[in-house]
Amino acid sequence: MKFLEYPFNGDLILRKKKSIKKDLLLKGDFIEKNVVILGGSTTSEIRNILEIFLLNNGIKANFYESEYNKFYEDALFGNDILDKFNPDIVYIHTTNKNIIKYPEYKDSEDEVTTLLKNEIERYKSIWNSLSKINCAIIQNNFDYTLDRSLGNLDSSDIHGKTYFINQLNNEFSKSSREIKNLYINDINYLSSYIGLKDWFDKSLWHQAKYALSLSAIPELAFSISKIINSIFGKTKKCLVLDLDNTCWGGIIGDDGLDGIHIGTETAVAETFTSLQSYAKELKERGITLAVCSKNDFKNAKEGFEHPESILKFDDFTSFKANWDPKHQNIIDIAKEINIGIDSLVFIDDNPVERDIVFSQVPSVAVPNIGSDVIDFIEHIDRNGYFEPISLLADDINRNQYYEDNKKRAVEQSTFKSYDDFLVSLDMTADIKSFSSVYLDRITQLTNKTNQFNLTTKRYTAGEIENISSSDEYIKIYGKLTDKYGDNGLIAITIGRVEDKQCHIDLWLMSCRVLKRDMEFAMLDELVRQCKEKGVSEIVGYYYKSVKNNMVSDLYEKFGFSLADTKDEDTVWKLDISSYENKNKFIGVSND
Amino acid sequence: MTREEIFNGVQDIFRDIFDEDDMVIKNATSSDEIEDWDSLNHINLVSAIEKEFKIKFALGELMTLKDVGAMVDLMLEKLK
Repeated sequence: MKFLEYPFNGDLILRKKKSIKKDLLLKGDFIEKNVVILGGSTTSEIRNILEIFLLNNGIKANFYESEYNKFYEDALFGNDILDKFNPDIVYIHTTNKNIIKYPEYKDSEDEVTTLLKNEIERYKSIWNSLSKINCAIIQNNFDYTLDRSLGNLDSSDIHGKTYFINQLNNEFSKSSREIKNLYINDINYLSSYIGLKDWFDKSLWHQAKYALSLSAIPELAFSISKIINSIFGKTKKCLVLDLDNTCWGGIIGDDGLDGIHIGTETAVAETFTSLQSYAKELKERGITLAVCSKNDFKNAKEGFEHPESILKFDDFTSFKANWDPKHQNIIDIAKEINIGIDSLVFIDDNPVERDIVFSQVPSVAVPNIGSDVIDFIEHIDRNGYFEPISLLADDINRNQYYEDNKKRAVEQSTFKSYDDFLVSLDMTADIKSFSSVYLDRITQLTNKTNQFNLTTKRYTAGEIENISSSDEYIKIYGKLTDKYGDNGLIAITIGRVEDKQCHIDLWLMSCRVLKRDMEFAMLDELVRQCKEKGVSEIVGYYYKSVKNNMVSDLYEKFGFSLADTKDEDTVWKLDISSYENKNKFIGVSND
Repeated sequence: MTREEIFNGVQDIFRDIFDEDDMVIKNATSSDEIEDWDSLNHINLVSAIEKEFKIKFALGELMTLKDVGAMVDLMLEKLK
């Protein structure tokens, strides 16, 4: 729903939340998740609004809310209900109101350090205790207090509350880098963005023990929902930009290269440069860029040859400048990059083009950015389309793969046969059991791979860690390198061994290595490990989803026989006693 | 703004908060009669009224309101 995106009307959402929820529930097709809210203050309205934002993103949450201010007790000692709840997410809603003891003016530096340590230790014990149940932990950092009796000195003197909070927040950030599965919900930023005086409502605190104003609750819930989206792989992957009056001011076809506004010469030119810089930042951390513009290709390309242009033609993985309808180009872009159409965000200053794209391909995110470039960045940024939960080397290198892929595509057309092409790629792969350095990437892939994914089973980092150390499982990852570069970790297979059978809980592969026979190399290794464990039969499952049609016949291709069918889901079996290796093109090293 | 206009505005807010499109409130309607009208929903009601009518209630004022009529009277006073 558009009115649940930035810039939303929080007061309207609060007022109409019940009917909004009813409408959202009509849409169907949700993934269900268990969400625990451990509150250091009242949370009931936070839960209500968070529920709406999650529904809007296709996540139906079952909630458990701790009793008022029982976050510490619930986390540490649990209770019967919580123990059985099996949470996917635990959100800890604490604020500066939960800080137990600030420094007193007479305290020495050592005493202040001790106070800080005591405060931090409380949270560390919470996180440690929660790490035993495999779930993601979302933890607020601290907002500033509205009053600061030391005035400006409050932030620099060691006795100041502001100083104390800054130290705590640094420690929280550090912990989130060290503790897997701990994600910080940055209410320190959020309260600054909203303005502290609007963030906190003294009257509401005294009346109902809400540690933030009602109007701030939708903003808070939106922020949490963005982290949860990211945890479950629902973030976008590609930013599609229009050109004229979006990437630069003016119309390249009419005004020419010298006539467009870009650079630092004028205020208008600067605002376009800011947008380009923002897009470049996204690209550098792994977001793919594309162009969708009504222009002659030659003119469009020339625009990026402007000496002041931050973005260059090569920054775009897909470049559609022609006179076809934009929604058609958008569909082509998704195909060309090989990502789901719902992974795209389309930015265009022209409301007519936005309408066409949104009405023809509604799964594309098309924010109503208005027509003034100065507002565009905020629409991209505040909506959290590209919110990451971590920065992995694979993300940062991703665009390199796509560029390499272009070269691969060119070569492909010059070979006599596809086999010749595969041979020429000089492919080598590491196909090995999970090891600790790759667990983050493995978790990430299980949560965002949709197309080449037989069961679409999602895993938390904790679950992956358990599987990694369990003997019951065969757990294999695959990394593929070819003469154009390293594709990174792109394939995962998890099999559960039970009575001489191996049940394949998860089989996925990134689409960037489609048609490279990597799946055969993975199967070879799976069979090898199965034999080592005395397994005689492999059982494969295909669970149909909206997106995984491409693998509906994978087990058939592998030579499995169909054992069971239920609706469109299928079960397959393979006797491995006479299995012969299928991979011919990839040099594999294994454990 | 007349008392009737205020009253109708308040009724719309009640309908939204309790999600009953045909809810009819009277001057004598109080939290005893509406099951969902607990202390947390009271906060939501008051806040929605404050936003809609651009007024602000002081903490003490809210404690003494016994029914919808008293609430509307207080609003009428503030909107003068």
